[in-house]
Amino acid sequence: MTGTSPPADVRRIGVAVPELLLTGAHHMCPGCGEPLAVRGFLEAIQALGVARRTIAVAGIGCYTSFSMTTDVDLVQALHGRAPSVATGIKRVRPDALVYTLQGDGDMVNEGLQEVLHTAARGERITCILLNNGVFGETGGHMTATTVPGQRTKNTLEGRDPTVHGHPILIGDLIARLDGAAYVARGSVHTPGAVARTTRMFRRAFETQLSGSGFSFVEVVTMCPTGWFVPTLDGPTYLHDTLGAVHVMGELKVDGRVRSTEELRAENARAEADAARRLAAGGLDEVP
Amino acid sequence: MSGAVRRALLEGSEAIVEAAVGAGCRFFAGYPMTPFTELLEHFSRRLPEVGGVCMNAESELEAVGMAWGAVAAGARAATGSTGQGLSLMEEALSEITLAELPLVTFLMARGQQDYHQATRGLGHGDTRHVVLAPVDVHEAVAHTRSAFEIADAWRHPVMIYGDYLLAHTRESVTLPTEPAVVPDRPWAVDGTLGGTGRSRLISPLGFAKAGQHSPGIEAHQRAIAAKQERIAAAEARADVGACDDAETIVVAYGTPARFVRAAVAELRRGGHRIGWFRPVTLWPFPGDALADAAGRARRVLCFELSAGQLVDDVRLAVLGAAPVVPIGGISTDSSGFGVGRLLDTEVVATRILAAHRDEPLPPLPDSGGLP
Ligand code: SF4
Repeated sequence: MTGTSPPADVRRIGVAVPELLLTGAHHMCPGCGEPLAVRGFLEAIQALGVARRTIAVAGIGCYTSFSMTTDVDLVQALHGRAPSVATGIKRVRPDALVYTLQGDGDMVNEGLQEVLHTAARGERITCILLNNGVFGETGGHMTATTVPGQRTKNTLEGRDPTVHGHPILIGDLIARLDGAAYVARGSVHTPGAVARTTRMFRRAFETQLSGSGFSFVEVVTMCPTGWFVPTLDGPTYLHDTLGAVHVMGELKVDGRVRSTEELRAENARAEADAARRLAAGGLDEVP
Repeated sequence: MSGAVRRALLEGSEAIVEAAVGAGCRFFAGYPMTPFTELLEHFSRRLPEVGGVCMNAESELEAVGMAWGAVAAGARAATGSTGQGLSLMEEALSEITLAELPLVTFLMARGQQDYHQATRGLGHGDTRHVVLAPVDVHEAVAHTRSAFEIADAWRHPVMIYGDYLLAHTRESVTLPTEPAVVPDRPWAVDGTLGGTGRSRLISPLGFAKAGQHSPGIEAHQRAIAAKQERIAAAEARADVGACDDAETIVVAYGTPARFVRAAVAELRRGGHRIGWFRPVTLWPFPGDALADAAGRARRVLCFELSAGQLVDDVRLAVLGAAPVVPIGGISTDSSGFGVGRLLDTEVVATRILAAHRDEPLPPLPDSGGLP
């Protein structure tokens, strides 16, 4: 897939702005995956009926522009520092649903210590990571989650682990901390993945509201601008590169940590099942 | 202080914590570091007793972040550290100023080498915290309550500059028992406005929610700068003694000013026309009051336990009307906590008298190496 306009067979089925967005207008690039993730958690908040007890804390990245358009009380934090700010808020307002919105540069580079300690503390908040493996806002530079081989403006020949080190699989790291009650890694590269990720948000928020501990949803998102790929290639690039390393699935549910192999096997089964059902002529919902 | 009071013999740290709790502080976050540690200890014991929260933060970065969140959520909240720990907090302390959050910070410094740090904005940008420098535990109690009140009145952060002596000295203090009046904070996030189209945004960037008035970065920063000018005009405080007929004025702040006061009193008894001037607020610096006092003097001495930081503000205030003579210096024992041999009333008096007579200063006393 290459090109600048949508393929001829794409059908526009309507415009739906989530109720918790003040406007559908945004500052993101065409093909950016972040708005899809934002829609996902805002719809989950709406579905849970907790909009009037929600407080958000935003980090610094492209998604920061949603701080102005998200219709929930919001505190704008520094790059990397949202989890501690959210901790202060939650301790003062224990009945609120408190979430952070951060990117991989924000959370895994600048603020790694914050999110790990917040998870280990079992802080009853939800941290949301939009992981595209690149500093999108600065124009496409390597982050701690950039995958081997990925080209960025400061790894022009691709990330070489012998020179630039290995990516941090943050979801896996957090899943192993006792304070983390629910950990999941979603994606937004297919409609099915968006639906699955929205369910993850819901479970994460339910975990927080039940008081059982820290919850975490990582969402692998497209950044065609920072990946230097054509807009329409974003989802495929995500599937083949970042998605192969940061594997989608629920990493910890009810205290049980699931391995990457387990997730890979589950995803392969789901993909095969979807292909089978599609071939049989029907697919209500891609898993 | 009016109304009901309670007298107690307390260590400075404990007195400050009692005053903070009395002022309605219900959240504290910190990371241990001498001589700040006892403040954290007392908060961690005291706050849960009154339904508050004290967080043992993972580092100073998280401590200031947690306090930021707590203030944004509407609590009277504080954090603190030494100058070293404050260096780690500076990014947040600058942004908290731009976010107009009434945070109180306790700088329990290792001496007086953090004057520039405290008064020159604590980090990046055009920001200043109001800085109060108590001379003793009694005043620290009063300053602690004022700090929360000033912070709320201006929606601006306030810092208390304390030190090892203040933190660890036991004094008989008077604590107000009247409950503090904590003003409403309609700007604070409580989560109740989601989905109404009127949700709040607390941002250092001058941005507002879509559909609300958003000044933008430039106008926002200019508004903060203008507010800081109003604070500077309204909040400068000084404590002045025996300056009316003084030929020599000695400027000092914080606990060392106590030694200067005693030394000057002693020299006065000896018939020397010497007075003292103590900035109570380090920012805003009471420059007008100092210029006024210095206008009648022949020389202005500056006693501080550093290589020379306060002296910058003294020179700016005096503006050449009288010579400014630094008579302090770096002085610390082997612990590094700022309590060296220079902090001795007799030594201070000797240096004041030498400068008063336009004689060369005696060499700085040697506090010795490792014991
Ligand atoms: S740079 Fe990347 S993350 Fe940022 S808006 Fe563009 S596509 Fe999205």
